[in-house]
Amino acid sequence: MHILSSLLFITLTVVGFGFFAINAKKIYRNIKLGQPVDRTDNPQNRWRNMLLVAFGQKKMFARPIPALLHLAIYVAFMITQIELIEIFIDGIFGTHRIFKDSLGGFYTFMISLIEILSLAALFATLVFLSRRNLLKLPRLNMHDLLGWPKKDANLILMMEIILVLCIFTMNGTDEVLFNMGKSHFAGQGSFNFSVSQYLGPAVFGSLSEGALHVLERIGWWGHFIMVLCFLNYLYYSKHLHILLAFPNTYFANLKPLGAFDNLESVTNEVKLMMDPNADPFAAPAPDENAVPAKFGAQDVQDLNWVQLLNAYSCTECGRCTSSCPANITGKKLSPRAIMMKTRDRLEEVGKNIDANKGTFVPDGKTLLNDYITTEELWACTTCNACVEECPIEISPVSIIMDMRRYLVMEQSAAPMELNAMMTNIENNAAPWQYSQMDRLNWKDEN
Amino acid sequence: MSENLVVPTMAEMMAKGEQPEVLFWVGCSGSFDDRAKKITKAFVRILNKANVKFAVLGTEEGCTGDPAKRAGNEFLFQMQAMMNIQVFDGYEVKKIVTACPHCFNTIKNEYPELGGTYEVVHHTEFLKSLLDEGRLTIEGGKFKGKRITFHDPCYLGRANKVYEAPRELIQKLDAELVEMKRSKANGLCCGAGGAQMFKEPEKGNKDVNMERTDDALEVKPNIIAAGCPFCNTMLTDGVKFNHKEGDVQVLDVAELIANAQDL
Ligand code: SF4
Ligand code: SF4
Repeated sequence: MHILSSLLFITLTVVGFGFFAINAKKIYRNIKLGQPVDRTDNPQNRWRNMLLVAFGQKKMFARPIPALLHLAIYVAFMITQIELIEIFIDGIFGTHRIFKDSLGGFYTFMISLIEILSLAALFATLVFLSRRNLLKLPRLNMHDLLGWPKKDANLILMMEIILVLCIFTMNGTDEVLFNMGKSHFAGQGSFNFSVSQYLGPAVFGSLSEGALHVLERIGWWGHFIMVLCFLNYLYYSKHLHILLAFPNTYFANLKPLGAFDNLESVTNEVKLMMDPNADPFAAPAPDENAVPAKFGAQDVQDLNWVQLLNAYSCTECGRCTSSCPANITGKKLSPRAIMMKTRDRLEEVGKNIDANKGTFVPDGKTLLNDYITTEELWACTTCNACVEECPIEISPVSIIMDMRRYLVMEQSAAPMELNAMMTNIENNAAPWQYSQMDRLNWKDEN
Repeated sequence: MSENLVVPTMAEMMAKGEQPEVLFWVGCSGSFDDRAKKITKAFVRILNKANVKFAVLGTEEGCTGDPAKRAGNEFLFQMQAMMNIQVFDGYEVKKIVTACPHCFNTIKNEYPELGGTYEVVHHTEFLKSLLDEGRLTIEGGKFKGKRITFHDPCYLGRANKVYEAPRELIQKLDAELVEMKRSKANGLCCGAGGAQMFKEPEKGNKDVNMERTDDALEVKPNIIAAGCPFCNTMLTDGVKFNHKEGDVQVLDVAELIANAQDL
């Protein structure tokens, strides 16, 4: 019996983690489809940023109530992982509560902490569910989220509830069994865990020993299986953020929000254009095999890897969209949708690569037009409100800007008025049609 | 009034073998837009009053390239940037002050990578430093007790975290500074940034500047203060649309100070 359940346990673990590893590799591969960008400078600031923003959830606290609820789930999640170590050892070796003897009072403390946090997480989960489904908070019920994203959010909350119920079933029934002297743990008495010492007898006190044993096992296996499901579910879900928020904040942009990058390929050309003496042949010989660099981004491969990491990390919370002036005034632009569409397209490109033995076969689609429309792109005021709001430092504007660059520099597809503005700058060094010679006229006017 | 404005150009200074303390970058709006020219002059009056040795580039100034860059035209932007950098370097410019947050942001943050590194300050920061150094004094007089709300320009506030300088100046006027529900890091754009100034907005159910004007009017101000010529235009339009131009004025912080002093 022990051998059988150990084998089952080991098989589940290997399959569960194996699947996860395969999917994690895909994500890594997909992110690497992006263009290079150097984000290795200033490691000190980067670590600090990651600790504050991802680990310390600094930006969440702009909205204290969801922040506290989120914190409860987050801390419960982190601490519960400690219990998982015990589950692994018990599962493989057929032991029961292996740490209880060696850790003694600390064990009781840890499990009690887990129980209290689980209770808080359960409460938070119920509030989150009702915010989404009963109160219908606008930012969680916009049309960006129709279909899968909405199910995704609810599903994960349900999974959390099941997980917590498993923990309490496991500990509660074991408490009753231990009281009876029938637990797999030797001896008799109370485990003294903060919640289950009361909850166990109250809920499960009247059950037969056989039923208790079965329920205890259901709780134990249920807990373990939920963890594996959760792990593998991440890949398909916005909940990847629980892992990717860390690298995402580490590699976040450290420059002032107003500093947009200067395209290097353009700089070289402009320098040649401006300097009549520049020797065009002094530049390194162009690499014959190099794909001609595109200006700006038409598809996901033209974005840089940080932008792609951003897309995988987005939690679809919609804080960006609810602060976006374009969205607030009813325009089509939603920065959250920009991130979600980028991820959808990246997933599609990834599947295409998998289906075609490792190379991307053009599918007649691009991020531009097929996913993100020019109407969305031109509505952005580049105000950076979305970036300021994002709890994990994602920049939808940088994607919007790179796509505008493609529209303007590769397709000359700017709105007419913008073309007029640019022609004026070219001709008169001002966005309006005034002569540069008149620039100081204001001095003598009334 | 114009006769008492002293506005030397860099070329004139150089001819005299002098170097100004600071270059005043006027910007396209400040040079050509009728409303913004008033801001430019108000700022010059303060500089004159405080005896600041400054100069402008005049006809040698050309668009920083900000609207081209935000529209996606990196080529045009970098052309403009490099031409301006050549001019700056020709005059050995070290410090630049401007009343336009877009010029401020671009020169400060985007020029260095292209070879132009300068100390760049927004005019509200510059005025505050004049005040701190005792070179300028402000008496509230005219604005005493008036309700003034300040609209944070995105490219000054969120983009560069300058929130306090304009507020401190307003408070010096003995005015009552009232904050809108969305302010500082949570401020709402006026709708002009990202080259939107130069095109019709996309279809929606409201224009951004109307939404922002509503924010401002909600706190029942006598004056809406701005620190950006584009915000100024957007908010002025919003106030007019609401038929409030009789009750609520939209003024740049430089204008507030110049007017308080009756300059
Ligand atoms: S930067 Fe663009 S997308 Fe982001 S909030 Fe402002 S207008 Fe919206
Ligand atoms: S980009 Fe950031 S703020 Fe916007 S939905 Fe994603 S996680 Fe939330």
